[in-house]
Amino acid sequence: MLEVKHLEKSYQKDKPALTDISFSVEPGTFVAIIGPSGAGKTTILRSLNQLIKDDGGQILLDGGDLRTANKTQLRNYRRQIGMVFQNYNLVERLTVIENVLHGRLGYKSTLAGMFGRYTNEEKQEAMTLLQKVGLEDFALQRCSELSGGQKQRVGIARSLIQHPKVILCDEPIASLDPASSQTVMQLLKDLTTEFNIICIANLHQIGLAKDYADRIIGIRQGKMVFNEESDALSEKILETLYDQNVTEELN
Amino acid sequence: MQTPVNYLARKHWKQTGTIALIGSIYLLSSWILKFDGLTGIVAIPKAFSWLGINFKPTANSIHFLPTIWQKLIGTVLLAIASTVVASFIAIFVALIGAKATGGNALVQTVVRGIASFFRNIPLVAWAMILLFSFKQSDFTGFLALLLMSVGYLIRAFMEIIEDEASETMLALKATGASYFQVIFQAVLPQIMPSLISWILYMIENNVRDATLVGILTGTGIGFVFDIYYKSFRFDAAGMTVLSIIVVVIVLEVLSNQIRKVIL
Ligand SMILES: Nc1ncnc2c1ncn2[C@@H]1O[C@H](COP(=O)(O)OP(=O)(O)OP(=O)(O)O)[C@@H](O)[C@H]1O
Ligand SMILES: [Mg+2]
Repeated sequence: MLEVKHLEKSYQKDKPALTDISFSVEPGTFVAIIGPSGAGKTTILRSLNQLIKDDGGQILLDGGDLRTANKTQLRNYRRQIGMVFQNYNLVERLTVIENVLHGRLGYKSTLAGMFGRYTNEEKQEAMTLLQKVGLEDFALQRCSELSGGQKQRVGIARSLIQHPKVILCDEPIASLDPASSQTVMQLLKDLTTEFNIICIANLHQIGLAKDYADRIIGIRQGKMVFNEESDALSEKILETLYDQNVTEELN
Repeated sequence: MQTPVNYLARKHWKQTGTIALIGSIYLLSSWILKFDGLTGIVAIPKAFSWLGINFKPTANSIHFLPTIWQKLIGTVLLAIASTVVASFIAIFVALIGAKATGGNALVQTVVRGIASFFRNIPLVAWAMILLFSFKQSDFTGFLALLLMSVGYLIRAFMEIIEDEASETMLALKATGASYFQVIFQAVLPQIMPSLISWILYMIENNVRDATLVGILTGTGIGFVFDIYYKSFRFDAAGMTVLSIIVVVIVLEVLSNQIRKVIL
């Protein structure tokens, strides 16, 4: 279980980016975080694996606090938390399977990882996961030769091979066309159930958030204004969340 | 009030003003230097025809070729050696100095300062300074080229790391990868094409510069040219220049070909 308690962050003095964010998520839940640009969605997500050092609160993964972890402990936490990026953040020059195997680095000795020495089991698993995301035929292709949707699925496979308890997705479909967006969202939803993990995705597409997420968290100016089942998200709440009519987007 | 119309009008006036300013700076400086641009331009065809007649290699110049090519190959190897060593030094320093991979703001500033120092001392000055310690030798030329290349490459590599590796680094850091794993698995593979492209450019550049440095250090192809020139064997000097041009062009074609393959 992931519990976030009273998370605080300000990049500049007296200009809080996050104030008192608290929520908890059970395994097997797909959570969408929505809110206007600059609300603080990325800041929340990056605090969860401490790519951003926040200013206060607690982040508990199965009871252990990430925020007070030392370097080795943090590495152990990070390998249990996958991350999927808007721009995929793959090593474009390397092959698909090499990029997937990067997800194992957190488990390997520094030297074995530096020179990319993976075990046969790891390679087998990478292939199995590529099959799962529908890219088994692309294993030896360079990532630079893939389409956006395919790259994002490589990114998802990379996070899955970490055997994560949590997957964090920062606008995973913002650079994709509608069809690939549906594929990626469906994939994330299915994987959440199949592996019984927590998936948290920042989204700008409210329609997709309602369709795929179990729960929706609404953020506005660094504050949490909504945290309920997706069905409870009404137009009234959306209006206060975005300040103007976003209802068109829903249809 | 700023409207689009008067904004564009002002922009137009600014452009006209800038052109007028540049024109008057040119006129003022020619007047101070008593430099007559027009006479200079008129003299160009004459200068070239003189060059063409006197520097034209003849059948007689052929027997200089073995000496010329022997020295030329030595010079090319010197340029390659200095660039390769410079690249190794530069990549380490750049990793330490780049914001994404390196130390704090202080370290970055220090590295930038060092790179800028080595880069901004002209090559000829480096050669003259090094002549005191290492006398007229290949090593002096090697070191002069090395120091200047290091300055350029550190700066270039730091920018490449910032631009091309920051995002992938973040992704690997998030998986729990350690520092050296991130460098070897993400940063280096990601920047390799740009790195090689810069190294090739530096080799081309250093072959040209090595010729110049050779005149000062009394080594390589520069020295050969200097001897022929000063002993009025202009046809042989012409042959030397021709050989240099051929080598430089061949190198450029070759490195463009390599770039095409790796990019
Ligand atoms: N590195 C930074 N330095 C200073 N301020 C920052 C930095 N990163 C974010 N901010 C500020 O913090 C606030 C929250 O930013 P954040 O990136 O979390 O928003 P977001 O909800 O992800 O927006 P978007 O939907 O546009 O991605 C914004 O006001 C932003 O300007
Ligand atoms: Mg964001």
